[in-house]
Amino acid sequence: MATVQARQVFKIFDEVRAVDGIDLTAHEGEFLVLLGPSGCGKTTLMRMIAGLDRPSAGDILIDSSVVTDLPPRVRNIAMVFQSYALYPHLTVLKNIAFPLRAVGTPKEDIKRKVEWAAAMFGIEQLLERKPRQLSGGERQRVALARAVVREPVAFLLDEPLSNLDAKLRNSARDELKRFQRKLGTTTIYVTHDQAEAMGLGDRIAVLNRGKVCQIGTPQEIYQRPANIFVATFIGSPPMNLIEDKDVYWGFRPENFLPAGIEPGTDNLVLPFRVQRVEYLGAERLVYGAIEGREAKAEVISRIPTNIRVEIEAGQLMDFSVRRQDIERFDRRSSARIVGTYENA
Amino acid sequence: MKTAPASVRGSARAGARGAILLFFVTFLAFPFYWMLITTFKTTRDLYNTANNPYLFHDPPTLDHLQVLFSSTQYMQWLANTAFVGVIVVAITLVLAVPAGYALARMRGSSAQNLGIAIFLTYLVPPTILFIPFSRIISNLGLQDSLWSLVLVYPSFTVPFCTWLLMGFFKAIPRDLEDAAMVDGLSRLGAFLKVVIPISTAGILTAVIFAFTLVIQEFVYGVTFITSSASYTVSVGVPTFLVRGDVYFWGSMMAACLIVSLPVAIVYNLFVDRFVVGFTVGAVK
Amino acid sequence: MRSPLLAAPPPKPVPRFFLRRLADSEHWLSRLLLTPAIVYIALLVGFPFLLSIYYSVSDATVASQQIHFVGLENFNRIMASQTFWTSLKNTVLITAISQFFVIVLANVLAVALIADFRGKWLVRFLILLPWVAPISLSSIGWLWIFDSIYSIINWTARAIGIFGPNYWPIWLGEPTLAMTSIIIVQVWRMLPLATIVILAGLSSIPQDIHDAAAVDGAGFWLHLFTITLPLVAPIAIVALLFGIVFTVTDLIVVFVLTRGGPYDTTQVLTSWAYFTGIQGGDLAGGAAISLFMLPVLVAVSILFLRYARRAEVA
Repeated sequence: MATVQARQVFKIFDEVRAVDGIDLTAHEGEFLVLLGPSGCGKTTLMRMIAGLDRPSAGDILIDSSVVTDLPPRVRNIAMVFQSYALYPHLTVLKNIAFPLRAVGTPKEDIKRKVEWAAAMFGIEQLLERKPRQLSGGERQRVALARAVVREPVAFLLDEPLSNLDAKLRNSARDELKRFQRKLGTTTIYVTHDQAEAMGLGDRIAVLNRGKVCQIGTPQEIYQRPANIFVATFIGSPPMNLIEDKDVYWGFRPENFLPAGIEPGTDNLVLPFRVQRVEYLGAERLVYGAIEGREAKAEVISRIPTNIRVEIEAGQLMDFSVRRQDIERFDRRSSARIVGTYENA
Repeated sequence: MKTAPASVRGSARAGARGAILLFFVTFLAFPFYWMLITTFKTTRDLYNTANNPYLFHDPPTLDHLQVLFSSTQYMQWLANTAFVGVIVVAITLVLAVPAGYALARMRGSSAQNLGIAIFLTYLVPPTILFIPFSRIISNLGLQDSLWSLVLVYPSFTVPFCTWLLMGFFKAIPRDLEDAAMVDGLSRLGAFLKVVIPISTAGILTAVIFAFTLVIQEFVYGVTFITSSASYTVSVGVPTFLVRGDVYFWGSMMAACLIVSLPVAIVYNLFVDRFVVGFTVGAVK
Repeated sequence: MRSPLLAAPPPKPVPRFFLRRLADSEHWLSRLLLTPAIVYIALLVGFPFLLSIYYSVSDATVASQQIHFVGLENFNRIMASQTFWTSLKNTVLITAISQFFVIVLANVLAVALIADFRGKWLVRFLILLPWVAPISLSSIGWLWIFDSIYSIINWTARAIGIFGPNYWPIWLGEPTLAMTSIIIVQVWRMLPLATIVILAGLSSIPQDIHDAAAVDGAGFWLHLFTITLPLVAPIAIVALLFGIVFTVTDLIVVFVLTRGGPYDTTQVLTSWAYFTGIQGGDLAGGAAISLFMLPVLVAVSILFLRYARRAEVA
């Protein structure tokens, strides 16, 4: 178990700055998620932490020792690839044993550790099979077992759930979090799925265009997004944004409800012209626009179904949002403006 | 465990690679380099054992080239080869393109097996078939005629190109033909008007390789053809350019290079596709 | 108003209709497209092949008007000849030794070629030359290289100091050296093909696998022998099988370099079949000799079928 740190790391390919000056630290035992859209640099950063690519500038530190120039095999970290990268010509047992063999572990120890790792993921009965005979979920477990067997100081997981079908993904997510808690190993996890990030991470680092926009706990990121990118990337549907001179007003759809539902005196009431209602079972998404503004102000409201207000397309209704749930963003810098708010 | 920093490891690797490549390139390309030098060295210089063979003691000469083109039937042989090549390639395309397509689109395992069976006939070598062929050809009265080659060469170009084209056609999604048929073409029409235009790269590859197979062929050429005017290049140069005990080395080396280099250049452009078809492109 | 459809021309006459049906029928169309090729191959490969077998059990000569069945007499006759056994032995020896070197060297070269570097296209061009150049022509080049007086190998080796002042090998004049020369040329011309094929196999290994092995801690040699080579093996075997076929069935190198000499010591099955059947006029004997290549070809075909499925090159 160790801290993993990226210090002023840059990676430049030809003209493209894939990683543009990133500082971040994964604390001991922490589950840190690197979240961002494709091309944001998260996988590049992870590969540099693993040692598969060299930074153009900056350093990678593991437990405060600089490892930037060292090859992957001496860093004592384990990686699970999106494709799992299981060795197709080796049995599951040999796959899991491979890292131990590579460092010259004695045979009896190999046997013991492989069995321990296999048992952790419930794949003991698959040991004699080859990867092509396994299902997606089984392959993922073999990849995890192979990562675990060396007892590395850190895990690097590169979108390991994205190749599973949706149903399997949820249960796999749960298992993943539980096994990390149990082992207590520092884990860095890359994903583009914000729901996955929110569910798994102790902290989340949101990346965009090679830079870190914000690092924080899921609550911090969700409720106090550092800029417009974070605000709209996290949360589905994304945060509503309304232009007003040189700021944007932002509030989350679930905080934008028909007037009167939320008691309180400090609410901002807005006239809302309903365009479309989507019935999703447990909730309704109401698409519409704030009326009476110069610029278009299309917003979404998210109403749990147990709030049984009648809403129809074409209606003009009063909706309200608590002032404390409103954020302001500077239009030019797109950064969040901290402090008290004013009336819209 | 101590490991060298990345930079040292990187250059050690590059150094080893460079040494390996140097060795192999020398081994493989040296004969052509030597052929090049020989082509332009005077005979007197070549035969003087006291001279360093890598240096030109007399200035480079075009004599050997001139002898080749004016005093031998080399040009005729080139023309013969081209003649045979063009016709054989045409025959090959007419036979192999439809066959390759049919095999690529046929459903069921019988198609796969048939494709492999056709490919395996490529493994029946001319060095087994040339004996019965020598009689067949003379019975047909095609002895000593280029038409004998035109008749027989497709026997190895067609299996090989069918296999190659089968792989290419398999890579084209069926959707395209389905869309064409919905748009009003018959299946045959879809093949002719949609599939073939898209596969020009694959067909061109088959053309190139059929042509190189023709140029390289020796066994049938030396068996069927006896008069020097009807030789192909591949046969004429080894058999005819030796007058008694005197070898016209300069001219012979020139003769080799003139054919080899253009073929090499064209081949190189297509070699990637060739490998896919050659190995198992059709099995996928 | 009458619909435009009703004003359409009457249906086409029957013959055209039949052709249109054919053009649409998947079943018949595929047979139609396949038939010419299959007929051609049957006539020009299948038929001569059967004829070859028939000749080998007949008394056919170049001049004979009629051919009679003679059983295994030809086989007995050729197997009584010492030259036949020499040619059989030489064929096996040349093929085995040359292809062994080809596979080993091709693997080395392919590993060296896998990375990108400047001028790679030129290196690849130069490496492919032996395979692409017509072998009869490049064999003449080797004839000159192995010349008894002017051999460039000898001159260079002596100049560098590898050969002593009294050592001047006559490459094509002495049996063992002649065999060595033939083997060298066979390695030389097959190496490019094997390299390119193995290189393709190497390239098809997903980069993830190499990355995983690097992270898992494999050093250079472990990585090479437990990951890279096993994954390349199926396609390397395909390359080897082709190499074996092309070498066993090759006439040209021996024909041009030595004509089977000195004194028939470097004859191989193909050249001996040629000299017996075509130059000697004994078609039956020639056919019988050439058929000894058949077991190898059948074995190769079977192995090819087995391994071709496993080797997938994207």
